[in-house]
Amino acid sequence: MSIVGESMDSSTRAARMGLGERLGGLIRMREIGLILIIAVLFAVMSFASPYFLTWDNMRAMAMAFAVEGIVVVGMTILLISGGIDLSVGSVTALAMVIAGLLFLGGVDPWLASLAAIAACAGIGTFMGFFVTRVGLHHFIVSLAVMVIARGLCLLGTGGRPLGLYTLPPEFKFIGQGAIGGIPVVIIIFIVFTVLSDFMLRRTTMFRKVFYTGSNEKAAAYSGIRTKKVVFLTTTLCSTLCGFAGVIYMARFGSAQPTFGAGMELNVIAAAVIGGASLTGGSGTILGAILGTILLSVVSSSLALLDVSVYWQDIIRGSILLTAVTADYYFNKRRG
Amino acid sequence: METPALLTISGLSKSFGLVRALRDVSFELRAGEIHAIAGENGAGKSTLMKVIDGILPPDSGDIQIDGRSVSIPSPLAAQKLGIGFVHQEIALCPDVSVAENIFMSITNASEALLMNYRDLEKRAAAILARLGNIDPTAMVRSLSISQQQLVEIAKALTLDCRILIFDEPTAALTEREAQKLFEIIHQLAGEGIGIIYISHRMAEIFDNCDRVTVLRDGQYITTLDIPATTPEQVVASMVGRVIDSLYPEKLRDDERSEDILLEVSNLCEARTFRDISFQLRKGEILGIGGLIGAGRSEIVKGICRLEGQVTGDVSLHGKPLSLTHYGDSIAAGIVYLSEDRKGDGLFLDMSIAANISALAVDRIATRFGLINERREKHRAETIGRQLSLKCGHVGQPVSTLSGGNQQKVAIAKMLSVDPKVIFLDEPTRGVDVGAKAEIHRILRKLARDGVGIVVISSELPELIGVCDRVLIVREGRITGEVTDDAMTEENIMVLASLADEDRERSAA
Repeated sequence: MSIVGESMDSSTRAARMGLGERLGGLIRMREIGLILIIAVLFAVMSFASPYFLTWDNMRAMAMAFAVEGIVVVGMTILLISGGIDLSVGSVTALAMVIAGLLFLGGVDPWLASLAAIAACAGIGTFMGFFVTRVGLHHFIVSLAVMVIARGLCLLGTGGRPLGLYTLPPEFKFIGQGAIGGIPVVIIIFIVFTVLSDFMLRRTTMFRKVFYTGSNEKAAAYSGIRTKKVVFLTTTLCSTLCGFAGVIYMARFGSAQPTFGAGMELNVIAAAVIGGASLTGGSGTILGAILGTILLSVVSSSLALLDVSVYWQDIIRGSILLTAVTADYYFNKRRG
Repeated sequence: METPALLTISGLSKSFGLVRALRDVSFELRAGEIHAIAGENGAGKSTLMKVIDGILPPDSGDIQIDGRSVSIPSPLAAQKLGIGFVHQEIALCPDVSVAENIFMSITNASEALLMNYRDLEKRAAAILARLGNIDPTAMVRSLSISQQQLVEIAKALTLDCRILIFDEPTAALTEREAQKLFEIIHQLAGEGIGIIYISHRMAEIFDNCDRVTVLRDGQYITTLDIPATTPEQVVASMVGRVIDSLYPEKLRDDERSEDILLEVSNLCEARTFRDISFQLRKGEILGIGGLIGAGRSEIVKGICRLEGQVTGDVSLHGKPLSLTHYGDSIAAGIVYLSEDRKGDGLFLDMSIAANISALAVDRIATRFGLINERREKHRAETIGRQLSLKCGHVGQPVSTLSGGNQQKVAIAKMLSVDPKVIFLDEPTRGVDVGAKAEIHRILRKLARDGVGIVVISSELPELIGVCDRVLIVREGRITGEVTDDAMTEENIMVLASLADEDRERSAA
C-alpha cells in the first residue's frame, strides 16, 4: 500500500508533545503531583516533629505500607481491567489463618504458606467464575466472598488469634529480618513493585488488561478474550492477598482472624488516588504506590502530632475525595 | 407588511475560550416549514441548536420569536417559549411506562402529591394517536428504537411546542421507519409547527425539507430554497469547495477479476441467518444491503466468529479456514470494523497508537512479549499517514479527534494487521461529507491493492456509489444481488423489504 494523502504535520506533532511524553511516558503529571505533595508533607513534618525524619520512623512507615503495597498492586491491576475486589482484607486474613492452622497441625511452614497462597488463588478463580461465567458484578461477588472468608477465619480459629511461637527463624526472617539494615519486607516490596510496574507498562499481556478495562466490547472486537483477562486479573488479586497474608504471618509470628478489616477501602483509595479509575482502563503501579505512601505518611504524621485516631479516618476520607474531585475536573478540562 | 417569521436569529456569536463556535450567525424559521441545517461536523450546528434550546447562553446576538426579542436562559425557558428538541440520543427511562416518560417534565413541575396514572395514560394516548400505534402503558424498554423516538417526539409535543428541532433523527432508523417519521414530520409542519431538521444525508434533506441553511466553521454561509438548488451545490457550500464527485471511480470492466478471494458457503446460525453463500472477488468492493435487523451485521460477525453458533465453510484463496473465535479470524487476515465506533470500535481514553495496535499487540512486541514503544509509534504514524489522519501526535487520546478522524483510527486498527479481507459495518455513519468521501477513496484504494472490501450500509446512495456489487439480505437470507445498472435504490429496496411471493405478485 502506498501513501494516500498528505502526511501528518510533523511540526505540530513535536509542538504538542506533552511533558509526560518527553519523559518517555514513565512519569505522568499525576505522579509528579503526588511526589510533590509527599515531599511537602515530609518538609512540614520534619519541622513539626523531631521524631518524623528519624530512621526508626521511616522504617516503621515503610514497614506499614510495604505488605499492603502488594495487595495494592493486585487491586490496581484488577481495577484497570474493570473489576474491583472488596474481599482483599478478609482473604489476606484467611491466608494467615490457613497457613497458621496447617503449621500448628505439623505442616512445614513453607509448604503451609504455599497451600495458603494456593487456597487464595482458588478463591480468586471462584470469584472469577461468578463474574465471567455467571455474569455477576465484581462488587457483589467480592462482597459475598469478603463476608464468607471472614467467617471462615473466625470458624477456623474460634475467633482467637493463633500464636505461632515455634515458627522457625528462617521463616520469620521474611517478615522480621533485614539485609544490610534494610528490612526484607521492604526489599520484597521494592523488587515486586518495580517488576510489576515494568510488566504493566511493557508487556503485551498487561496491555490487553488495559484494552479490556478501557472498553471491554472494543477489546472483544479486537480479538482479545476479555473474559479470560478478567478471570486472570481477579485470580491474580486474590493470589497476591495470599502472598501478603503469609508475609504478615511471618512478620507478626501469629495469625489474626480479624486482621485486615477495612483494608479494602484503604487499598482501593490508594489505587484511585494514584490514578486508577473505577470504570477501568487507567492506572499505574507507580501512582498506586505513591497513593499508598501518601496515605501512610499522613497516618504516621497525624499519629506523631497526637491527632485522635477518629480524626485520622476523617482526614483520609477527605484526601480521597479531594484527589478524585481534582482528577475529575482535570479530565473534564482535558476532554 | 408580512407577518414576522416564527423564529429569527441575527448576529449570533458564541465562543468557547479561543474557539469561536458561532460567528455572526443568522437564521430564520417560518411557521409550517421544514428547514434543514447542514454543515460538516464542527460547523456549529449543535452549538446553534443548544443556544436555541437554552442550554448555552449566546455571547451576543438577537433571538426573536414572532418578532419579539426573547432571552432563553434555560431549557425550561425554551419549553415555555414552545421550543421542543428531539435529541439524537434517546434519553428515556427504559423501565418506566411510555406515558410516564412523556409527562416526565410535567410531573416534575406538578405540585400534586400522588401520581394520577389513569389521567396520565389518557393524555398520553391522545398525543400518541397523532404519531402512531404505541401503547402508553408499555415499558419503554420493550419498544423498538423508532418507537422510542416517537415517544421523544410525543414528549416534545406535550409542551405545546411551535418549534421542533430534530437532530439527526434517522441515524438509527431503517428506511421504512424513516419514511414513517417523515410522514409525521410533514403532518406536524402542516399543523403550523416550524421544524428545524439537522442531517448529514442529502437525500433526506432534498426529499423532505423546504429550505436549507448551511453553516461552515461557525459562520452562516447561505440559505437556499430546496426546489431551486442541487445536492452538489449544498455540499459545495458545506465544504467550501466543489467536490467533483462524491464517490470514487468504480472498477472498469477490464479491471474485473474472476479470482475468488473469499468464499462463504452454507453459513448458518441458529437464530439470525441461514444458507449464506457468496464469493468475494479480487479487487471489488462488495456491498451488503438490507433493512436494519435483517441480519447483515450478524452474518458478517458470524463469518469472523465474533458472535453466534455458526456452522458452514469459509475459505480464503481457495483454502478452507477453521475458525473458532475472532482471534483465529484476525490471524487469518479477516477483520471486522464495528458499526458502533464509540461503543465497541475504539478505546476512546487510550492513545491513537495504542488503539491502532489493539488487534495484534504481538506485532509491536519483542520476542519476550515486551512492547516496543518506538515500533508502536512508528507503525501508528505510518498507517496514520496512509489514511491522512489529522492529529497532533499519535500519543494523544482518540477522544480528542473528530468523528471522521476517529473512524480513520478504527480503520487504521484494521490495517495494522495487513488484512486480506475487511468487513466494514456502516463505515461512514456520523462522519461528515468531506471525511466520508475520503474514507470511500481509501476503501477503493485498498480494493485496488488487493484487499477484499465488504461494506454494510443502510444508506442506499452510499452502497450504490461505492460498491461494484451489492448483496441484499432479508430476514437472515440473501435474497438477491444487483450489479451495474441494476444497482438502483428501488431494486435494492424491493429485494430488501418484500417477501418473494409479494415480489412476484408486484412483478406480475
